[in-house]
Amino acid sequence: MTTEPAILIENLTKRYGSGPTAVDALKGVNMSIAPGEVVGLIGPSGSGKSTLLKCLGAVIEPTAGRITLAGEVIYNNAWKRTDLRVLRRDRIGFVFQAPYLIPFLDATDNVALLPMLAGVANPAARATALDMLTALDVQHRAHARIPELSGGEQQRVAIARALANRPPIILADEPTAPLDSARALAVVKILNRLAQEFQTAIIVVTHDEKIIPTFKRIYNIRDGKTYEEPGEGRPI
Amino acid sequence: MINLARRDVASHLGRYLLTGFGLGLLIGVTLTMAGVYRGMIDDAKVLLRSGGADIWVVQQNTLGPFAEPSSLQDDVYRSLEGLPGVAETGNVAYLTMQVNHGGKDIRVMVAGYTQGRLGGPSFLVAGRPIAQSHYEAVADTKTGFAVGDRIRIRRNDYTVVGLTRRMVSSGGDPMVFIPLKDAQEAQFLKDNESIVNDRNRLADNPAINRPGQPDVLKAVEAIQTASHRINAVLVRVAQGHDPRQVADNIKRWKHLTAYTSTDMEDILVAKLIATAAKQIGLFLGILAIVSAAIVAFIIYTMTLGKIKEIAVLKLIGTYDRTIAAMIMQEALGLGVIGFFVGKFAATLWAPVFPKYVLLETTDAMRAFVITLLICALASVLAIRVALRIDPAEAIGG
Repeated sequence: MTTEPAILIENLTKRYGSGPTAVDALKGVNMSIAPGEVVGLIGPSGSGKSTLLKCLGAVIEPTAGRITLAGEVIYNNAWKRTDLRVLRRDRIGFVFQAPYLIPFLDATDNVALLPMLAGVANPAARATALDMLTALDVQHRAHARIPELSGGEQQRVAIARALANRPPIILADEPTAPLDSARALAVVKILNRLAQEFQTAIIVVTHDEKIIPTFKRIYNIRDGKTYEEPGEGRPI
Repeated sequence: MINLARRDVASHLGRYLLTGFGLGLLIGVTLTMAGVYRGMIDDAKVLLRSGGADIWVVQQNTLGPFAEPSSLQDDVYRSLEGLPGVAETGNVAYLTMQVNHGGKDIRVMVAGYTQGRLGGPSFLVAGRPIAQSHYEAVADTKTGFAVGDRIRIRRNDYTVVGLTRRMVSSGGDPMVFIPLKDAQEAQFLKDNESIVNDRNRLADNPAINRPGQPDVLKAVEAIQTASHRINAVLVRVAQGHDPRQVADNIKRWKHLTAYTSTDMEDILVAKLIATAAKQIGLFLGILAIVSAAIVAFIIYTMTLGKIKEIAVLKLIGTYDRTIAAMIMQEALGLGVIGFFVGKFAATLWAPVFPKYVLLETTDAMRAFVITLLICALASVLAIRVALRIDPAEAIGG
């Protein structure tokens, strides 16, 4: 039995501008990631990592190609959904280099906000949020305001938020950049555990030499094209 | 759903309240300006009401006695009393002057009236009415005089025998009531040098100073020094008569100008204080624009400080209307805080103002609605900025 990929990307291209000044940021990207898998996306600056992430995050429109998310074709030379906000809210999780939590909400409400936006009642959304915070071992800081949390705690709350609506895919943009080795590896360990636990595929965009050896599979992006490489899969 | 505005405000409550307080002081100034305007109108009306008149009879073709000078003979009232519908009359003379009290000059409007007739103070808060025919006065409490005080009006000293309240001129000067004869003398009294000069001129005039006829000279001198002029006659209309009809009769038969109390109100409000009202209206407009600019600036900078958070909110699927509502609610919250601070401040400092400040509830309600409208409008700029934020800004690179 073949497992359906969490995300399947076929011949994805992105062109900025038109005419002689046009720039092809993505020139036929192909990727396939299974549920529960954590892959690294590496490449030099200007190689197209951020463009690919924005295309997958449905914040910019690709020029051509096809994206299938957990069996649903969301892009086939055009978006297949009219409301991309709902797509992002329900089907895609985001983790950023900085946590970018909402500073005027506490940890629970930062996580609960996503289910609430999806129409889940406040008590149920908060219960889900608490489950996620527990999964990330920050449940004891559930009612702390964001400025009161340490950097590591904030990053874990941000991961909990990404998971809140149980998306099939999480896009992590340099999530370990500001952390030291031990903390960076701890975050990767958490991502691996959560990917398995929630059967979520995670794409980790990174430059971080400390964590690259931990991936079992890596996509190297150069000049707008991806090259699949086996990773070391070093245990953490 | 979480109320984002409430949470955002709660996270920096002190700064938010302080901003609302600052805005409130500005709104307080606006309310006070409106109160000054209302006070001017009320002062004008109270002056008219205090006389107890239905009709004001003044010199023909004048807007007297407040908007233009008006001079009448003081026996005109006799012929007026013969007209149908006239129940009561009263001669009045008004003069604005500096009154000396305890070595300090106080600006007042002196009103001369005949005891027991129209034109006197409508009520007393202390002391008694004027009982003697000369040198007694009833003063408004705003003058600072007390019963028993001695005040100097022109050459004569007067004893304050009673106090009244809210009796002021349209200019806001407190009133001092004295007997009509004294007011006439004070109004038309010449200085000693002028009297001596006039006497010498008459004495040098052979047509008047005829040998063997000294009474002619004396009679002319008496006419020149005596004053029988007043500024207006107040008329109370008998029950069952229409003041407008009575006023028309007076105009037609007596060759005088007669205004009903409504006409007089119009003259005072539309003519006497019209320029001041325009001035205040313009000032109110400027204050409204300044308030709007301040709210817009505050909300705009508050929004600029949240660009990354708004980008993240949009990225994770928050609707534009939720973000717009957050900004709008914060702006309206500032308006509500500002209004209540402003109302409180205006109520607190209004009595300290030298002129009467009348803070009307309807004005306050109108100001509340306008404040909310201004805040809503002011937040539009910030909402536009927020809605233009690209969710891609949350993703680096």
